Amino acid sequence: MERLIYLDNAATTPLHPLALEAMMPYLTGSFGNPSATYRLAKQANDAVVRSRKTVASILGARPTEIVFTGAGTESINTAIKGVAFQQEKARAGNHIVTSQIEHHAILHACQYLERFGFDVTYLPVDRYGLVDPDDVARAMTDQTMLVSIMTANNEVGTIEPIFEIAAAVRERASSLKKRIPFHTDAVQAPNSLQMNFAEHDIDMLSLAAHKFRGPKGVGVLYICRGVPFLAQQNGGGQERQRRAGTENVAGIVGAAESLRITQESLDADRTRIAGLARRLRDGILHAIPNSTLNGHSEQRLANNVSISFDGADARDLLADLDDAGIACSAGAACGATTIEPSHVLLAMGVPLERAISTLRLSIGHETTAAGVDAVLTALPTIVERSRAKRAPDSSATAAG
Amino acid sequence: MADRRMYLDHAATTPTDPRVVAAMLPYLTTAWGNPSSIYAEAREARKGLDAARRTVAEALGAKPNEIVFTSGGTEADNLALRGVAMAARQRRDRVAAGDRESAAGDGHHIITTAVEHHAVLHECEALAKEGFRITYLPVDNEGFVDLDALRAALDDRTILVSIMYANNEVGVIEPIAEITRIVKAHNPHIAIHTDAVQAAGALDLSVDALGIDMLSIAAHKISGPKGVGALYVRGRTPFTAQIVGGSQERNRRAGTENVAGAVGLATALRLATDEREARNAHVGALRDRLLDELPRRIPDTIITGPIDRARRLPNSASFAFQHVEGEAVLLQLDLDGIAASSGSACTTASLEPSHVLTAMHVPESYLRGSLRLTLGASNTMSDVEALLEKLPPAVARIRALQPMAGRSA
Repeated sequence: MERLIYLDNAATTPLHPLALEAMMPYLTGSFGNPSATYRLAKQANDAVVRSRKTVASILGARPTEIVFTGAGTESINTAIKGVAFQQEKARAGNHIVTSQIEHHAILHACQYLERFGFDVTYLPVDRYGLVDPDDVARAMTDQTMLVSIMTANNEVGTIEPIFEIAAAVRERASSLKKRIPFHTDAVQAPNSLQMNFAEHDIDMLSLAAHKFRGPKGVGVLYICRGVPFLAQQNGGGQERQRRAGTENVAGIVGAAESLRITQESLDADRTRIAGLARRLRDGILHAIPNSTLNGHSEQRLANNVSISFDGADARDLLADLDDAGIACSAGAACGATTIEPSHVLLAMGVPLERAISTLRLSIGHETTAAGVDAVLTALPTIVERSRAKRAPDSSATAAG
Repeated sequence: MADRRMYLDHAATTPTDPRVVAAMLPYLTTAWGNPSSIYAEAREARKGLDAARRTVAEALGAKPNEIVFTSGGTEADNLALRGVAMAARQRRDRVAAGDRESAAGDGHHIITTAVEHHAVLHECEALAKEGFRITYLPVDNEGFVDLDALRAALDDRTILVSIMYANNEVGVIEPIAEITRIVKAHNPHIAIHTDAVQAAGALDLSVDALGIDMLSIAAHKISGPKGVGALYVRGRTPFTAQIVGGSQERNRRAGTENVAGAVGLATALRLATDEREARNAHVGALRDRLLDELPRRIPDTIITGPIDRARRLPNSASFAFQHVEGEAVLLQLDLDGIAASSGSACTTASLEPSHVLTAMHVPESYLRGSLRLTLGASNTMSDVEALLEKLPPAVARIRALQPMAGRSA
């Protein structure tokens, strides 16, 4: 494909060639079903075991605490429902604490549970998108049986004080004299943070391989030993009875390999990516008047640049950028065909008008300085054109 | 395989067809965009996904918007059952809340069979704990579901019937079209699901001819990749999504789509459909040789599943040896370079006798001696002849070494 400048790495990333290379044997010769007993099956099983160890060691967890799933969304649904339904059975409460800026996978899973009589508190955030650990602790009651706060926001890039939140949850739970698991949606984190989260009071964590140069169709769920959990996919005894179904061996191998590569070169890559993000952000804010950075200026994902352009419409911007060979997003890709104002920006107190003028540009491992500069060259005119078109006194009719 | 290992476990999983891998590769290299985005790369991925959906729909005689891609056959089975069950629960809750418009009463009864795959059975057990009433239909000695028991089980609370198209352990093909006629005559609003994971490739999947409302398939059973499956859901079937959090798959299954996987599934299904007759003829001849010869050459051996070969999967030959541990046979075969199974791969590690054989009333002394040989394109008649040479002495040796309790002299 004739492509150009891809700045939507928060939506998905290209598969790392070494991850694909690691996967290929399991898409060809070593095709056995890991649950069978003969040698061919053992090769496949060994690959799953190795991959599980790799992921576990990166997360600071035990291999038995790692469950491979079919996607990040499945990991999140499984975590939320798996704990909620088990806690309900154990009469350990029916209340969940989460935040207003979570990914829809969390929000919709919580709404699903509300239909079954569960109670959910959606905590507000400050204007940077930060969740206050004290708010989390205060929201917890003797009915609370799960807390889930994302590690870093997918739209505005704000990194939450996740270890402080985990510690606050732990402390409040102990004063309530119960175990209240803390889950974090860390889907956006592996390109920016060291992922040894299991060493920090975090009980459950969800990842999606395709966000860190792994394949689509495979996710990771870390479940700390002892967390109350009811399997959400039933059938065979795979994944230690926590997720039935023949293992996606190639996908699992690809996920582990891409996580290993991403985490091993994290320091160098992060510095480079953050440098490019800084160049893009400063360049835009300098060149385009009435543009505003969303999220926290420092405590943010290395690769995320979220900027609003007052008076412009993100639909115009995306279309013109696409014509110019630049791919980015207005917010979460899941809602990109219909632009609704982002629930994240609204929760941060961004006015509706500004929210719909927002672009998310997310840098990747393959982004170059030349690519960033091409955006800096193209964007001012594109923003100006949209502003002219959308201006109240403009003769052009605003597109529906 | 280069070292001439013989793979006779195609019901557990199949080698991925190189043509399938070739079709997937563009979506693992260049066209890797997120199909929900709107720019050029994403559109390439979207095109691949849409084409895959059309291909799967075509093989089923369905509409593309009736196909939901999943992470595998197990997810498809779980989703079919829970999707319908939770829709019924929501109807009931609305009725309880005084909404007379959504009349349909308090449907909470599900009918299935005693010989389903665990993906159906264990999901039913989970639903039973949540207040659903489950009827497990009995089967006869050959594994055919008891249709009189089906007629008797249907009542005015029944919301769902789930009966597998073909059994993974003994290859029995259930009379799905007849089953759907019985169910729909009782009440056309009862949803009918069939687990077609083993049938796909070998049998006709036309959903209208079968009369079913939902059907599950798994790519890796038909020379496609692991980690992808599909659930067909007929247009108006009451259905509630289970994995939520994005509008993918028309709000029926959230999560970034596994584009390469979906393309792999579609390619594998298309090839299987196009080549079905030749493939069935090839494996059918090998199967018949096994069914003819093994019981002749090994004393005290029975064929499990249907005697009428037209009513069993063309690639499935299943047996039970009296007074033998099936696991010992498998170990011996593995040493001889032959990969086979005692039943379902998912339960290989468990020492419980098979629920399928138990439901078929296979005599106690045969129950632990099951062997399932499932054939594929790479198998040859000389493979089969080699097996026929190696297996009888192996079973004799095991019988000599393993005097089992209750064994007659």
